[in-house]
Amino acid sequence: MSWLLSWISGAILYAAPILFPTLGEVVEQRTGMVNLGLEGLMLLGASLSFAVSFVTRNAWLGVLAAGGAGLLANLIYAWLVVHRRAHQLAAGLALMFFGIGMSALIGKPYVGQMAAVLPKYPLFGTQSLFFRYDPLVYVAFVLAPLLWFVLFCTRFGLKLRAVGENPSVAYAAGVSPALVRYIGAALAGVLAAVGGAHLSVGITGTWSEGMTAGRGFIAIALVIFSRWNPLRAIVGALVFGGAVVFQLQLQAMGVGVSAFIMDMIPYVLTVLVLLLWGRGVRYVAPASLGRVYFGAE
Amino acid sequence: MCEPDKPVVQLQGITKRFPGVLANDQVDFDLYPGEIHALLGENGAGKSTLMKILYGFYRADAGTIRVNGKLAHIRSPRDARLLGIGMVFQGFTLIPAMTVAENVALFMAELPPVLRRKDLHRSITQASERYGLALNPGALVWQLSIGEQQRVELLKLLLAGARVLIFDEPTKVLVPHEVAALFHVFQSLKADGYSLIFITHKLREALTCADRITVMRQGRVVGTVRPQEVREETLLQMMFGERLAEISAKEKRKPGDPILELQGVWTKPVGTAPGLQNINLTVHAGEIVGVAGVSGNGQRELGDAILGLIRIVRGKKIFRGEDATRWPPRRLIQSGVAFVPEDPLSMAVVPWFSVLENLALLDLRGFSRFGGLGLDWRRVREFLNLGFSKLGLETVPERVRAANLSGGNLQRFTLVRELSRPYHLVVGLYPTRGLDVRSANAVRQAFLAAREEGKGVLLISEDLNELFALCDRIVVMLKGQIVGEFRPEEADLTEVGRVMTGAGVVHAP
Repeated sequence: MSWLLSWISGAILYAAPILFPTLGEVVEQRTGMVNLGLEGLMLLGASLSFAVSFVTRNAWLGVLAAGGAGLLANLIYAWLVVHRRAHQLAAGLALMFFGIGMSALIGKPYVGQMAAVLPKYPLFGTQSLFFRYDPLVYVAFVLAPLLWFVLFCTRFGLKLRAVGENPSVAYAAGVSPALVRYIGAALAGVLAAVGGAHLSVGITGTWSEGMTAGRGFIAIALVIFSRWNPLRAIVGALVFGGAVVFQLQLQAMGVGVSAFIMDMIPYVLTVLVLLLWGRGVRYVAPASLGRVYFGAE
Repeated sequence: MCEPDKPVVQLQGITKRFPGVLANDQVDFDLYPGEIHALLGENGAGKSTLMKILYGFYRADAGTIRVNGKLAHIRSPRDARLLGIGMVFQGFTLIPAMTVAENVALFMAELPPVLRRKDLHRSITQASERYGLALNPGALVWQLSIGEQQRVELLKLLLAGARVLIFDEPTKVLVPHEVAALFHVFQSLKADGYSLIFITHKLREALTCADRITVMRQGRVVGTVRPQEVREETLLQMMFGERLAEISAKEKRKPGDPILELQGVWTKPVGTAPGLQNINLTVHAGEIVGVAGVSGNGQRELGDAILGLIRIVRGKKIFRGEDATRWPPRRLIQSGVAFVPEDPLSMAVVPWFSVLENLALLDLRGFSRFGGLGLDWRRVREFLNLGFSKLGLETVPERVRAANLSGGNLQRFTLVRELSRPYHLVVGLYPTRGLDVRSANAVRQAFLAAREEGKGVLLISEDLNELFALCDRIVVMLKGQIVGEFRPEEADLTEVGRVMTGAGVVHAP
């Protein structure tokens, strides 16, 4: 029983750092941009937040710095693809490699150190051992329905989705596709970096190079799985989080399988879930996804 | 019909020059409140250009626009919409993944920050009921028929507050009973004080539905008339400047050997398009077989399958007695399959090549000089001119880029390229779509001539009148299947129309 509780509790915890970038990417892709740079943004967020937290002894300042850096980095990406009309996949990969290198550079002095972590608050009552989370976990799970509401129930969301479907039509309706894409990119940058920060100053309290371990790419897969819907993204993030915790528990129990194979479990599971449920349905992906918008004429 | 007050829209001396073409030359046009004004003319007469200037899509080189008597500077479609002018284009500007309500809301001027779905749906339902535009506001646009999508476009304009409505060839995409319904909508809009302009090259439509008809030819206004005061011939003369020969009726003949046989052919469906399902079809020598259907019911796939552009997953394709199921397009072309597509610009020519270069492409080896190092342009030119005279067609300027030719010119060029070499079968995929009457007739004559010469002709078309005039047999396609076969002399147009839309069931989802 306590095993089950700890599994569920852990799944929620490990869902958060993947839910952040997934939500950001959902919004960004809804404006018509594919961002393959999530992994880089997450790493940047993880290392920078850890460094700032280590120096200032304040984890919140770390999260703030990560968000700011993610915002800036992704605005550069948006500038490349919106104003310089760069190829989205190429620009995204460049962003990823930038993030990997930059995070290694920032984090180098802090490998093996411990930094201040975010405080934890219990979900029910006070004495329970499980379901104690830092505020970012709560933020992630509140953010999903909030973004869903913005996307599907507000005027801004309608315009945002219109840009992702057909920027020319959106322009004809008096929307500026460029502005909307910058807003989408800004949000996605902040969320991806905060997701990374949550790993380092929320969960582990350590920094190691490449610690996001491909979560940025899993997030992109989860966007497809979620059919560009923030609410479904919660399900995807929980599946992935559950798999991570399951694998950790197996390792803790001392199951005699190579740790490397164990590490693969969440990713294999994600692929399986994608295979089973991620089947393409007509007209779910934003129609202008990945295309360069050349203006009205 | 009395002239109640001042015109809502008044265009004076509009002139618009495109590279090499004077699209509008000193054009005057006016529109009164509560009027349906048809803008009639063949393709390239300058109708669309004029209306796109009014809608702010283009800017005139000279001339003035007055809206409600006041001088207006319309720089973009947004400016036009703020003045209450809206336009329904030929290609729709809808977002297929969104609902009707969302598409309409996107263009509404006063939309609250948080959408109130119920209010939105109510105002859409109200407007759609008032004008007989039956629509479900919650339906996704991609699930709608073309006619329904057109209604969404119209609704979008109405709820955005447009009072002047411009329609660019609105009937082109509709089947007969939808056209009647649209004209009905026009009348009720007119009764509510809306002013309508509709662009058309179909004489009968202008005569049935308009209060006034302005005829344009070669960028100029020939005249403005009232339908009850004018005869068809007069209008035709105004449009073309000369009398047109109707297409000659064909004589009955016994068809020869089968040229093309499809036996139980299936193809894979792609996206929203249906695949072919168990198609059995034979085209004999000296026969024109027509394929009717609302577009998107597998006609394009049928053409592609015959031309070897998509894979046949089951069944057989037999061309002149040989199994051609797996032949690549090149082999089919060499064995004598000619193809006359719709919109040659996207399917048959390289737009930035000249006419001559496009022709040379057809047979680079044949036209080569110095062992392939150069091309014999004189021979290319001779081939072209010979082709035009052989088919009895007007020539086209040979040094102009294909992209700058009018639709009629381009299609004549395609005919020459395809039909002046040896061939046995010609496949026409909407070959007259979007062409003016004269160019369309040239295409039709060429097909009839092919039939006289004992070639097989497969004509895929949406124009039932055309099919009835030309074909020996007509098959009807619906959702990738052949659902009916008719002989034009025994069948009736509305009957075929009904089968096209699914045995009388109108737009079953």
